[in-house]
Amino acid sequence: MEGSIAVTVEGAIREQVEDVVVRFAGDSGDGVQITGGQFTLTTALAGNDLSTFPDFPAEIRAPQGTTFGVSAFQIHFGSREIRTAGDAPDVLVALNPAALKVNLADLSKGGLIIVDSGSFTERNLKKAGYDDNPIEGDSVDGFRLITADITKNTLEAVQEFGLSQKEAVRCKNMYALGLVYWLYSRERAPTTSWLKEKFGKRPEIANANIAAVNAGHAFGETIEASGETSSYEVLPAAIEPGLYRTITGIEAISYGLVAGAQKAELRMTFAGYPITPASAILHTLSKLKQFDIITFQAEDEIAAVGAALGASYAGTLGVTASSGPGIALKTETIGLAISVELPLIVINVQRAGPSTGLPTKTEQSDLYQAVLGRNADSSLVVISASTPADNFEVAIEAVRLATKYMTPVMILTDGYLANASEPWIIPDADKIPKFPVNFLSDETEFSPVKRDPVTLARNWPIPGTPNLEHRIGGIEKSYDTGNISYDAANHQKMTDVRKNKIDNIANDIPEQKVARGDDTGEIAVVGWGSTFGPITRAVQKIRADGYKVSHIHLRHIWPLPINLGSLLNNFKKIIVAEMNTGQLITILRSEYLVDAQGLNKISGQPFKVSEVEEAIRKSMGN
Amino acid sequence: MNKVTPLEKLTVKDYASDQEVRWCPGCGDYSIVRAMQKTLADLQSSPEKTVFISGIGCAARFPYYMATYGFHTIHGRAAAIATGTKLANPDLDIWVISGDGDSLSIGGNHLMHVLRRNVDLQYILFNNEIYGLTKGQYSPTSKIGTRSPSTPMGSLDSPLSATLFALGCGARFVARGIDTQPKYLPEVFKRAQAHKGASFVEVFQNCIVYNDGVFDNFTAKDVAADRQIQVEHGRPLIFGKEQNKGLRLKAGKIELEVITIDENGTTEEDVLLHDETNKILATLLAQMEGPNFPVAIGVLYCDPSDTYEDAVHAQLTAAKKENPSPNVNDLLRSGTTWTVV
Repeated sequence: MEGSIAVTVEGAIREQVEDVVVRFAGDSGDGVQITGGQFTLTTALAGNDLSTFPDFPAEIRAPQGTTFGVSAFQIHFGSREIRTAGDAPDVLVALNPAALKVNLADLSKGGLIIVDSGSFTERNLKKAGYDDNPIEGDSVDGFRLITADITKNTLEAVQEFGLSQKEAVRCKNMYALGLVYWLYSRERAPTTSWLKEKFGKRPEIANANIAAVNAGHAFGETIEASGETSSYEVLPAAIEPGLYRTITGIEAISYGLVAGAQKAELRMTFAGYPITPASAILHTLSKLKQFDIITFQAEDEIAAVGAALGASYAGTLGVTASSGPGIALKTETIGLAISVELPLIVINVQRAGPSTGLPTKTEQSDLYQAVLGRNADSSLVVISASTPADNFEVAIEAVRLATKYMTPVMILTDGYLANASEPWIIPDADKIPKFPVNFLSDETEFSPVKRDPVTLARNWPIPGTPNLEHRIGGIEKSYDTGNISYDAANHQKMTDVRKNKIDNIANDIPEQKVARGDDTGEIAVVGWGSTFGPITRAVQKIRADGYKVSHIHLRHIWPLPINLGSLLNNFKKIIVAEMNTGQLITILRSEYLVDAQGLNKISGQPFKVSEVEEAIRKSMGN
Repeated sequence: MNKVTPLEKLTVKDYASDQEVRWCPGCGDYSIVRAMQKTLADLQSSPEKTVFISGIGCAARFPYYMATYGFHTIHGRAAAIATGTKLANPDLDIWVISGDGDSLSIGGNHLMHVLRRNVDLQYILFNNEIYGLTKGQYSPTSKIGTRSPSTPMGSLDSPLSATLFALGCGARFVARGIDTQPKYLPEVFKRAQAHKGASFVEVFQNCIVYNDGVFDNFTAKDVAADRQIQVEHGRPLIFGKEQNKGLRLKAGKIELEVITIDENGTTEEDVLLHDETNKILATLLAQMEGPNFPVAIGVLYCDPSDTYEDAVHAQLTAAKKENPSPNVNDLLRSGTTWTVV
């Protein structure tokens, strides 16, 4: 909480706070993500700006009560602009001892802990590795504590609905939600109606969960009345007027593909293979068949990209998605797509690596793989999303470039962006410009490799078109006819034209703008992808102290915006902040010969605002 | 590029592209490409709707020589790429052209899945029991003891039977042909094309440079009649120069045996009739090899079932019927929304 004042609301003293970070944590089977999702929705409806960070284990159901089975959901909300999920929680809801153990160290000084004392049994304490009960000892000194026997209270509250013991215990996340609703003076109605809809076929479960929310809320009111603790008020933020929804990165990228295919007037074929965290795109699109989308779960990553390319060859928009290790398997086929010059969208939902690494944690370490990671001279377009909702626009831009330039486009997003959500002002899809694809229909002097003189893209004749029968393939082909050619001068020419075609796209993408601050100054902090939030907030705070710091955030990683070199030269120092050991910085140094410094974090967790802020201040020499 | 006038009857030549064929002189691939061109001419296949998709290897150059659509892809992946092409446009008539290394080593996984899914395409595997394009290493179909640059003391691992693999993967059409049978091979291809679903055809193909004569034990003119049996649905399984040898089930066993008709009291009545819908029989026929048994050629198995792309498009149709005019704006506004004023 960065600032707070006390106000009187209806007789009760409620402290008003500008922004708050709440983390819900519990066993992976405790419904923590659902609880977080509901709190997010209610908070958005209350008019706060917000950002969320779901953090769950790779194990689906790790042994109950263990530290490695702890799932968490963090939300940062406030009456000001919110750009990150928050550095440190102000409130930690721990549904079991393991959740407390894993998350306590992150809690801000003087923070509030809400624990389910009923779950602090000897058995659970032992599983979490506690010798003594921490809520009775000194490990929670310096924090405020609300202890409630959430398990027992929940069972009592839902008793009348005749659920099984297991079903009844499952309602405890809703009890905890009710308690936090009380704490921040939130409406319960949105959750009530959501529960009624979700459990429409099992009204007794809906009613039990509603009773649990109400019981948790009532518990809060009781302790408030007794003077033990008070609730808070977070006023609505000054938000741009419009129609809003919350959107996750997965939803945004999926809907962006749907919109992009429509703008290109193409049918989409999406082929994927299960991999965390990219599979959710396959799940989302599989439910949208009414948009004439073919979805295909292939036998492996190679088959997925192969089927996508085969579908592009047939005249649909071929799309595939994976994460780093899966992208590695797709590499050879991406090379084929470059060679035969067919559109292809490849989405990389980056996760922490190398190899299997940390599948549910986030990282930005596949930039080299995207830009450089293929055999031979084989460039393609690489673009990246910076916030969950930004994935929507990025997906549309990917479709535009892939179809206009007959090239694979790689979208870099990451595990954090995929799962996190934010409020989103819903765009009018009808106002997004169209970019219809024209297949070649007939031509007297037909050649499959005839190029547009401006874009250098080859034309797109598709099988099924009379009189345009031709052969394509991965062997080098004649610039003039498309037939196999081993001619030395021709290979030079073809290599040049493939490179020039991609380089030339720099003229067809927006010039780089400064995300925050001026076009010139002392320090430019350059970022890409999901570091947008922490960088921009850190720059905002430092600028508030009067320093000439700017934030430059790249969407287009390759080719780079045409003015980027001159823009960087307007700053005395350049800091490149990224969640890898320094990949964008290598590209920038080699392209512009700039003396940039790196700020790097590779822990599987996003940057904290304070980390970026500290690095900038250090670079400023204060 | 090649021009085809669709109004006239197309000839074998009309299906040949203008590209110079670059296989070794005497390669079995020449006769296979001619057999294919004849097949398409016999069927009057529409050149614009016919697509040849290949992987990597000598056989994979095939699409360049056909005056249809063609996609020469990467090693082992033709089946996967063809699956995407067929899903995107089910009207296309797709032929996948592959070799024994391409199909059964690097591409084994994709071959397995295209067959079990039953994607409607023809998969032609040129089996020469050797890696030709990489200069003669032994392949997954090479016999044990094959001496090659990578196995100078002889290969050690057991070979794979392409047809047994296909049957095991759940293929609904499995056939065999031989490169040196220019009249019979197009008939096998035509059956494959007529079958709706994944049609698997193994063609025994002689590699004149690296594995010359590897199939001579059943393809050489002097032994062919006695060492081959051309199977035909509903007809007795008879072979031999004198047409006096037949196959029958051994009494009390699920096992074939060769009998000589009119010897030891046997008659033609004792010979088994070929039933191409019987998978057990197809498996027994696919297993036969010399010197005690003839090698079975022709359609070993054909038992059609629903195709994958039909089922995929049926789901699309159902979804579109339920929601006939979907709109991106509605999609974006689904779920909970709120207005900030």
